[in-house]
Amino acid sequence: MKTYTQPVYPYTKPAELGGLPHHWPVIVAGAGPVGLTAAIDLALRGIDVLILDEDDTVSVGSRAICWSKRTLEILDRLGCGERLVQKGVCWNVGRVFFRDEQVYQFDLLPEPGHRRPAFINLQQYYVEQFLVERATELPGVDLRWRHKVVGVMPRQDRVALRVSTPDGEYGVQADWLIVADGSKSAIRGMLGLESEGQVFRDRFLIADIHMTSDFPAERWFWFDPPFHRNQSALLHRQADDVWRVDFQLGWDADPEEEKKPEKILPRLRAMLGNDARFEIEWASVYTFQCRRMRSFRNGRALFVGDAAHLVSPFGARGANGGIQDVDNLAWKLELVLSGQAPERLLDSYDSERTSAADENIRNSTRSTDFITPKSKVSRTFRDAVLMLAKRHVFARRLVNSGRLSVPATHTDSPLNTPDAEPFAGRMAPGSPAIDAPVTGDGGQWLLDHFGNGFTLVIFTEAVAAEGLLRKLITLGADPISCSSVLVGALGGTLPAGIRRVADTSRMLSERYDAREGTTYLFRPDQHVCARWRAFDLVQVRAAIARATGQYLH
Amino acid sequence: MLNTESNIASPDDFYEELIDLHRDLTDEQSALVNAKLILLLANHIGDMEVLRAAMAAAREDVAAKPSTTRQPEPR
Repeated sequence: MKTYTQPVYPYTKPAELGGLPHHWPVIVAGAGPVGLTAAIDLALRGIDVLILDEDDTVSVGSRAICWSKRTLEILDRLGCGERLVQKGVCWNVGRVFFRDEQVYQFDLLPEPGHRRPAFINLQQYYVEQFLVERATELPGVDLRWRHKVVGVMPRQDRVALRVSTPDGEYGVQADWLIVADGSKSAIRGMLGLESEGQVFRDRFLIADIHMTSDFPAERWFWFDPPFHRNQSALLHRQADDVWRVDFQLGWDADPEEEKKPEKILPRLRAMLGNDARFEIEWASVYTFQCRRMRSFRNGRALFVGDAAHLVSPFGARGANGGIQDVDNLAWKLELVLSGQAPERLLDSYDSERTSAADENIRNSTRSTDFITPKSKVSRTFRDAVLMLAKRHVFARRLVNSGRLSVPATHTDSPLNTPDAEPFAGRMAPGSPAIDAPVTGDGGQWLLDHFGNGFTLVIFTEAVAAEGLLRKLITLGADPISCSSVLVGALGGTLPAGIRRVADTSRMLSERYDAREGTTYLFRPDQHVCARWRAFDLVQVRAAIARATGQYLH
Repeated sequence: MLNTESNIASPDDFYEELIDLHRDLTDEQSALVNAKLILLLANHIGDMEVLRAAMAAAREDVAAKPSTTRQPEPR
């Protein structure tokens, strides 16, 4: 590739060779974006993590490119979101074309008052590189390249692994194994587990090209364009003037033939015009699959990312879903490892994230059915929708070129405390926090004021009474600590661990349907788990107990 | 609820116009017009329960041949 030089990470001979197996709280298998995110999150929680990767570099070629707002917010919490945003291309607008005209345009973030855009586009190798650099900064992470897991021995209370290196094999064990070794997960196979689903009968050519162009930073999707009749095409701008082009080829296309430059160049010229000057960085032919494992928890092995579930790329739900997996898992694992939550809290990782995976698979399957109609009548309806969309608003919502990744809402989670009082708006228990601008020391956005633990947000203009402050200090000192943010007029001194921010724009109160006294409790992954119209210490403690699995059976 | 009582004042006029709508069209064009018509009417109705009842009523007495049911996808 011309625009990016693959880093080569050093292999180090492990000290364990020939010795006794070392015991780790957590081992992560696979240093892709999901495995690295898991390791960083755990290390920030004070847990020692060993990451094993069979390779010695970041991903090669055209992989994930669209990183969602929620992913950026998670990576902000982990201290590396800004780096992605600086390098990436921000976008909110998508356009859909049918034949030779635009039928529809959408804005994924039509309201102001958000720190992060709906998406950034950034080549996966950059994301992995930035995550490797972040992980390496943390003393708790031991990242080992060219260490391949070749054996897995699950036990009642731990997992033992055999690891192969250029210097020979060694054994190692962990309380918990996070399996992040990708769609073809070798560990899944070693454990005799399967990921079930379907393969779509279509092939797509994906090419990354280097081109200087003034096309806007938007997602452009064509159905049946003049330059690629009867098929679809997609264009995305990435960092370094690299563009992602995606051509639907049909099931009968010969992958080897279609990858040849003499086949690709005429297609690109037809799409981009004869004057466009570009070079192909990478090209490959894919088929898409939607599948998932029946359970993401198998004893002491916890499956995350593509190893656990696989979707077609229309909608950017693969890597973004995987990063939400580990956002959900890391805090639960911390509490289980420290003995503050029962092991069955990890079953809620399985139930919350399998339903999130089902939602991603459902959306991705529907998009693929729209893009690749499976029958003549399905194609007729598809074209009818596209023809109507140009003139009629209703049909635009039927156009499906990918329902782009939004974070899962765990509406039915047993960790939620159901509302006892009426609330309007979007922030029902199970919802991920929506950011909003605030003023106050420590950050200009609500999420800047959340740590890695539980956070209580109390909307109160009143000067905090000493009684309230004392109770908040008690919550901060509980074994499962909860920090507090008071939303209201600034001023006065507050005890350590309690912050005050002002909602000058009123966006925060509006988004959370807040009045004087309204209190929200957020889990460490920033999902709402309870809310009340007034603060009550006993209820907050009960909600924290529920959210940490104390009442699960 | 799906209204299956007679609801159009002049049924013969409607039927004639429906057939006229397809005049001079190929089978393929007719299929497209029908699809657009269904989508427009479905949106106008809007009520998912009514739409489901209409789809079920439309499918009545039309049995799928075993060979036309969905093929299992290759793995």
